[in-house]
Amino acid sequence: MNMQKIFAAIGIGILVIVPFVVPVYFLHLIIQIFLWGFIYTAWSLMGRFGFVSLGHGAFMGIGTYVPALLWNYYGMTPWIGIPIGVLLSICLAVIIGYPCFRLKVVGHYFALVTLALGQVVLLFIVAERDITGGSLGMTQKLTGHSWYALQFPEKTYFYAIVLAVWLIGLVIWRWVDHGIGRDALEAISEDEEAAAAMGIDVLREKLRITVISAALTAFGGALFGQYLMYLNPETVSGITVSLQIVFAAIAGGMYSMLGPTVGSLFTLALTESLRVWFGVNFIGAANTIYGILLILFIIFMPRGIVGLMELFRHHHAREETAPAK
Amino acid sequence: MDLYLLEAMVNGLLLGGVLALLALGLNLVFGVIDVVWIAYAELVMCGMYTVYWLHVYYGWPIEFACITAVAIVAILGFLVHLLIIEPILGAAPINQLLATGGLLFFLQSFATLLFGTDFRNIGIRLPVIEIANLYISYARLMAFGVALAGAIALYLFLKNTYLGTAIRAISQDREIMGLMGVNERRIYLVTSAIGGALAGLSACLLALQYDVHPFIGNTFGPITFMICVLGGLGNMIGGFVAAFIMSQIIAIGGYYTSTEFAYVLAFTFFIVLMLVRPRGILSA
Repeated sequence: MNMQKIFAAIGIGILVIVPFVVPVYFLHLIIQIFLWGFIYTAWSLMGRFGFVSLGHGAFMGIGTYVPALLWNYYGMTPWIGIPIGVLLSICLAVIIGYPCFRLKVVGHYFALVTLALGQVVLLFIVAERDITGGSLGMTQKLTGHSWYALQFPEKTYFYAIVLAVWLIGLVIWRWVDHGIGRDALEAISEDEEAAAAMGIDVLREKLRITVISAALTAFGGALFGQYLMYLNPETVSGITVSLQIVFAAIAGGMYSMLGPTVGSLFTLALTESLRVWFGVNFIGAANTIYGILLILFIIFMPRGIVGLMELFRHHHAREETAPAK
Repeated sequence: MDLYLLEAMVNGLLLGGVLALLALGLNLVFGVIDVVWIAYAELVMCGMYTVYWLHVYYGWPIEFACITAVAIVAILGFLVHLLIIEPILGAAPINQLLATGGLLFFLQSFATLLFGTDFRNIGIRLPVIEIANLYISYARLMAFGVALAGAIALYLFLKNTYLGTAIRAISQDREIMGLMGVNERRIYLVTSAIGGALAGLSACLLALQYDVHPFIGNTFGPITFMICVLGGLGNMIGGFVAAFIMSQIIAIGGYYTSTEFAYVLAFTFFIVLMLVRPRGILSA
């Protein structure tokens, strides 16, 4: 246990030094890894209990667009805009989640209802092109370095913010992992009827984890928008992002705390190295390999990279403790 | 009644035919194998590219190009089951859906790699016909007719052949049919091939109306899933009814607002209806 704490301390120490030693390009990648890692972690909070949502693009889209629109049109600071976006996402999660869970819309059906939700938000943003810029995307009004507008041209600031947010994400994961809700949710994912018969408030438990997941996703989306300073409906909403979230979480391992972040590291490293390797002449090469890997992951290692590592470690540990012949 | 509105509705009806055909293949696969192919629309995209290349690049007559496309997508459907679904048939159903999601990424990017992101048109301009002051696209009318014929052919196949009866039986009770000596694996593979063939047939009809590009699946995929779920996954008649309801919402909504907004309306309608009738519109 103590070893773990030491490792965690060393890890955090390295993360603090990072922005001062790595080139800007890598800092940009690292920021994205943590930002997406946070969003993937948010998805996995639901996904690990078998509630597979294909609509997290909806929450991310709202979280991204609402603060940006409020800033551009009303000059409202993101400090207020972001909470509004998160609140709207929570409302949407409840509006969809409550009836879904009440009527026991599960499995395929739940996945497809949420898929429609992501599509609604995407098409809504595209349809309101006079306000949102449609599929061409939009940019926030620039102010230069400003805490009020939450705009920082230097990447170091965003690195610090994103790192803190990512750590909060992990803390929430631990909190869910150690809380009483976890047992209830696991029971629900095993057998909903039996869980209800045991006196678990299925609706409440499911709704709570959905709301947490949606709120965090929206918050991650808001930071993503503030960081990139360019919003595009395709990159923050709709089926492509929703699937991207699901797959990265699965590839990393949605059952472990660091799994989604590993998934983020893995997918970004893969995309970037393939991009550098093939150059821009082969757009699509990265995702082609990515697609094949995903199929292989789901068939051969559904617990992801971290899950596989844990399996090896346990196997190893068992062999060590086994009595010598 | 407004003539333009009527025209929009007639065109919506014709669009419904193609959507119904799209939903038919997906419904068949779901009903029999209990798997959602999330990459179904990407199989359609492959079919459209096949038609395009054979007709435009190699100069094949369009009829042969279409027949070949149907065959190729049927083989693809066969392979999807053999390579992706079969190894995880025993896993949680959502894993199968996600594995075909990997296929979606693969097919979209592979198409981008091979063909680039250009919009390609097979360059066949079918005439617009006029019936009592209504202008109707011949391509859509034909698509509607073929979709209807395809559905009837599938119905007759399922009703009158030994294989069809076995497919229907297995969709009713998976365990028992294995015990009664039906080779499940063979039935699944045949069903997947038929599902693929229906996707290929839809591809031929869509290629006449739309330009093909690697992401065209994103246009048709979601609406096809919604139709299947709305009709009750696996329920083919329900799928047909749902296809026409959705196409009318899109057509009438598009007439009063914009195309995107019409889709927003259609998806919202879907979500609301799911919450009222979670097992499909025709469920008791």
